[in-house]
Amino acid sequence: MRYLLVEDNLELAEAVVNRLALDGHAVDHAACLADAEDCLAAAQYDLILLDVMLPDGDGREFLARSRTRLETPVIVLTARSQVSDRVGALDQGADDYITKPFDFSELEARCRAVLRRRGGEARNEIHLGDAVFDPLAGTLRLGADSIDLRNREIRLLEVFARHKGQILSKSQLMDRLFSYDAEVTENAIEVYVGRLRRRIDGMGVRIETVRGLGYRMEN
Amino acid sequence: MRHACLAIFLSLFTTMLAALEIEDHRFFPGTGERVLKVISTADLEVFAPYLAAFQSSQPGLSIDYTVVSSAELYRAIRNGAAFDLALSSAMDLQFQLANDGFAKSHRSEATTALPDWARWRDLIFAFTAEPAVVVLSTQRFQGLYLPTTRQELVTLLREYPERFEGSVGTYDVRDSGLGYLFATQEARSTDAYWRLSEVMGRLNPQLYCCSGQMIDDVAEGRLALAYNVLGSYAAERLARDSGGRVQILGMQDFTNVILRTAIIPEGAQETAGAGALIDMLARLGQRDVPGDWPLPPLGQTGADNVVDFGPIRLGPALMVYLDPLNRRAFLTEWENALEQR
Amino acid sequence: MTGTGSIGRRLTLLLAGVAAMLSVLSWWMVTGLARQAAERTQDNVLAASVTTIAETLRSEQGEVRLELPYSAFSMLGAISEDRVFYRVATGDTILTGYEDLPVPNEIVSSLGRVVFDTGEYSGEEVRMATVSRLVLAGAQPVPVNVTVAQTRGGVASISAELSQLAAFLSVAFFLVAVSLSAFAARTSLKPLNEIAAAVSRRGPSDLRPLRRAAPTELAPLLTSLNRLMDRLGQSIRSAEDFIAEAAHRIRTPLATVRAQAEIALRSASDDDQKQRLRQMIRAIDESSRSAGQLLDHATVIYRTDDLVRTPVMLSDLVSQTVSGLEPTASMKDIRLDVEALRAKAEVDPVLIENALRNVLDNAIKYSPPETVVKVAMAETNGEVRIAVTDQGPGLGEGPADQLTQRFQRGRNTQGIVGSGLGLTIAKDVLVAHGGRLELETLQGGTGTCATLVLPSS
Repeated sequence: MRYLLVEDNLELAEAVVNRLALDGHAVDHAACLADAEDCLAAAQYDLILLDVMLPDGDGREFLARSRTRLETPVIVLTARSQVSDRVGALDQGADDYITKPFDFSELEARCRAVLRRRGGEARNEIHLGDAVFDPLAGTLRLGADSIDLRNREIRLLEVFARHKGQILSKSQLMDRLFSYDAEVTENAIEVYVGRLRRRIDGMGVRIETVRGLGYRMEN
Repeated sequence: MRHACLAIFLSLFTTMLAALEIEDHRFFPGTGERVLKVISTADLEVFAPYLAAFQSSQPGLSIDYTVVSSAELYRAIRNGAAFDLALSSAMDLQFQLANDGFAKSHRSEATTALPDWARWRDLIFAFTAEPAVVVLSTQRFQGLYLPTTRQELVTLLREYPERFEGSVGTYDVRDSGLGYLFATQEARSTDAYWRLSEVMGRLNPQLYCCSGQMIDDVAEGRLALAYNVLGSYAAERLARDSGGRVQILGMQDFTNVILRTAIIPEGAQETAGAGALIDMLARLGQRDVPGDWPLPPLGQTGADNVVDFGPIRLGPALMVYLDPLNRRAFLTEWENALEQR
Repeated sequence: MTGTGSIGRRLTLLLAGVAAMLSVLSWWMVTGLARQAAERTQDNVLAASVTTIAETLRSEQGEVRLELPYSAFSMLGAISEDRVFYRVATGDTILTGYEDLPVPNEIVSSLGRVVFDTGEYSGEEVRMATVSRLVLAGAQPVPVNVTVAQTRGGVASISAELSQLAAFLSVAFFLVAVSLSAFAARTSLKPLNEIAAAVSRRGPSDLRPLRRAAPTELAPLLTSLNRLMDRLGQSIRSAEDFIAEAAHRIRTPLATVRAQAEIALRSASDDDQKQRLRQMIRAIDESSRSAGQLLDHATVIYRTDDLVRTPVMLSDLVSQTVSGLEPTASMKDIRLDVEALRAKAEVDPVLIENALRNVLDNAIKYSPPETVVKVAMAETNGEVRIAVTDQGPGLGEGPADQLTQRFQRGRNTQGIVGSGLGLTIAKDVLVAHGGRLELETLQGGTGTCATLVLPSS
């Protein structure tokens, strides 16, 4: 997936870029509306994350202006929280919005939800052994059979699928699966890994336990 | 006393000279204490029916009725004689009394219903309109045409001086207030008056103080004609004595119509009774049908075929001939015309 | 507002007052003029009368003679029924007439000219005209004074009659003027009423300038009104801008710190360090959420003061709100179950959405993972009920009402970020719409049911 982040706060932008890159997304960063125009002219994006208050204008006005020619879904990042302001963003053509400061997990969830809704073309299916995993739709297909996965299962499987052959520690997995404040222990990871193993049973891939280090997916 | 008129104005400022000269008097007793004292120029025979009618509606009121000449009446009221009502045919004198403040005002439904010309300031009220007429003896006029205008009368008198010598009667205007009024108004209104007077003067005219005597003399044949007689008296006389000896003639060129008027003297005590009698007379004056009353109503002059100038106006002009200077001048002229010997 | 009376009534009264003054003035003037005219008429007739008499003065054999002409008095009788007195005298010697009639002294010096005077005679006020003429008496010319006097009853009655007529006309004029005044006041105040109506017809947030034709007198008012609305709009906008700017200024750095902290959290290996970072992130979330809800609450209060109701299909509103929270719920694998019912209500959709969002947010926040939050709608007795049921721990002990008070949080909320304003906002919104928020713990503490109750349309 290729994201465009339009955000004038460089530190926040860097954090977001790093975080999304972790999930395997390519993120271009534009610090102002002019840069954003240049990026949009140069490349095709799957999703735009658009800040509202930018040095050279209001993100919402940009949105309203470019919505007619822009097919790409947009999530507005807003530091405002006024009741009417939220609705305003949606009215002007945003697919969703998220209020700063935001939880990366929530940002991910919203990106996923928007992509799923707008869905279709840019499918990013992953072949896992004999099965095909669609992380956006959250389905795992094996021949004619299709299994619906739960959200956390999807994300766990996505992490393993994108880092096949690598050892992932329980702590790393926890960060990806749970919000920072979820009161979970490493046992919870064991529970989810157990579930996932049952899901992919017989699909030609497996998750191995690497004692003392974590887990690894292998064919 | 008949010559008192001469000094009416002087008498304004001199003291009362003599007592009242009464021609007739009658007391109509009523059932109550109140007495209405009436002074009038109308003869008892003429006025008694009115008083009877009034008394039948006001039985409690006694009426003291005194008949005097018009000049006498004027002088009596002027000197404050105690009367409650003054009725006179000499409208000039009545007017003078009202004008000079010797009348009390009275206002009622009956008086306000009177035509404007029949009252003045709620002080004088007219209740009859009576023409001056010529009364002639049918016997003495045999074979003569009847004159209809003064001119014809003048011609007639000139044509037959022997017939009319000493047989023409008229008021002695020096004595009679009414005669003076008739003469002055006629002199003012028509040139024929002086011509006629001169013609009559050559015929040795008989002069009278009152119409009654004049009419009697015509009836008896002592007079061939009487000039300027009050029509109502003549008519009344005619009704009483219908031997066909008397004929009433209206002059068609001009007829004086006088208004018989009532005033309540300033010193009146029985004003309520006086007002009631005025109201009755005013109502009778406005009647449409002649009825059985001796005097005609206001609306009927008794001379329908006469050029109608209307009655003599009640107004300050009436005082003009009462002015002593004017009176002296008029009488001088009159005497020159009528007393040519 | 303290009333200073109606302009219309004041205008009417003022105009009526002017009309009354004019009426009285015109009555007074007409009466005066009528009296003057009547007096002048009488004077003219008296002058004619006295002159006519004076013209007959002559000398005969050394004596002054005269003759009262009939017309001298008949003309006086023609104008009114007034008493007439006269006097002709040379010096103190009376020739004829009323000897005691008072005569002005000045006449001697005004030969040939008619002199008027007013006096009293025979108990009545009289107007007198006197003319003096020199007549030869013997060898000596002597002045002869001719005076004619007339009472003034006619003058009084004519002027009384005209005065009465004038009074009648004045009253009529006054009545017409008063009704015209009332009409004029109403008509001239009409534009003002129209402007007032146009302003009051407007919605609370409609601050567009009034564009309408107005009389020039009202133009300044209209201009000031528009300027005021413009300033009001500007100040509202600048207040909104200020709030937005403030939120932006506070939350953008918070977002940066939070992002950095989260990244640090992921790369940290030390549990103590992780714990500290978690606490830090939680503190950031608390403050940003509090700030957000405080601003929301302010907005809600502002909007509920002037509620703009529009007919809203509640089922659509519920579906949209729920789908907006779907990603949040999915993070905890919480399923949002919606039983939408086509029900309409006259509400401010922004506020109702906000209330529902707060309630749903609470439900998701306090629900354990992999549970169901149920949103069910029902319409009974003219009320639409939107029930949000979770499988959380319930409200705990204590009166449920307390939870809807500001900054009041439930007993068992440890470890969960919240400001305590969410339910307060929801309740305020519902109460402003004539509805209410019902809160109950399900039997056995197996969840909470929060119901938004609204009058349906």
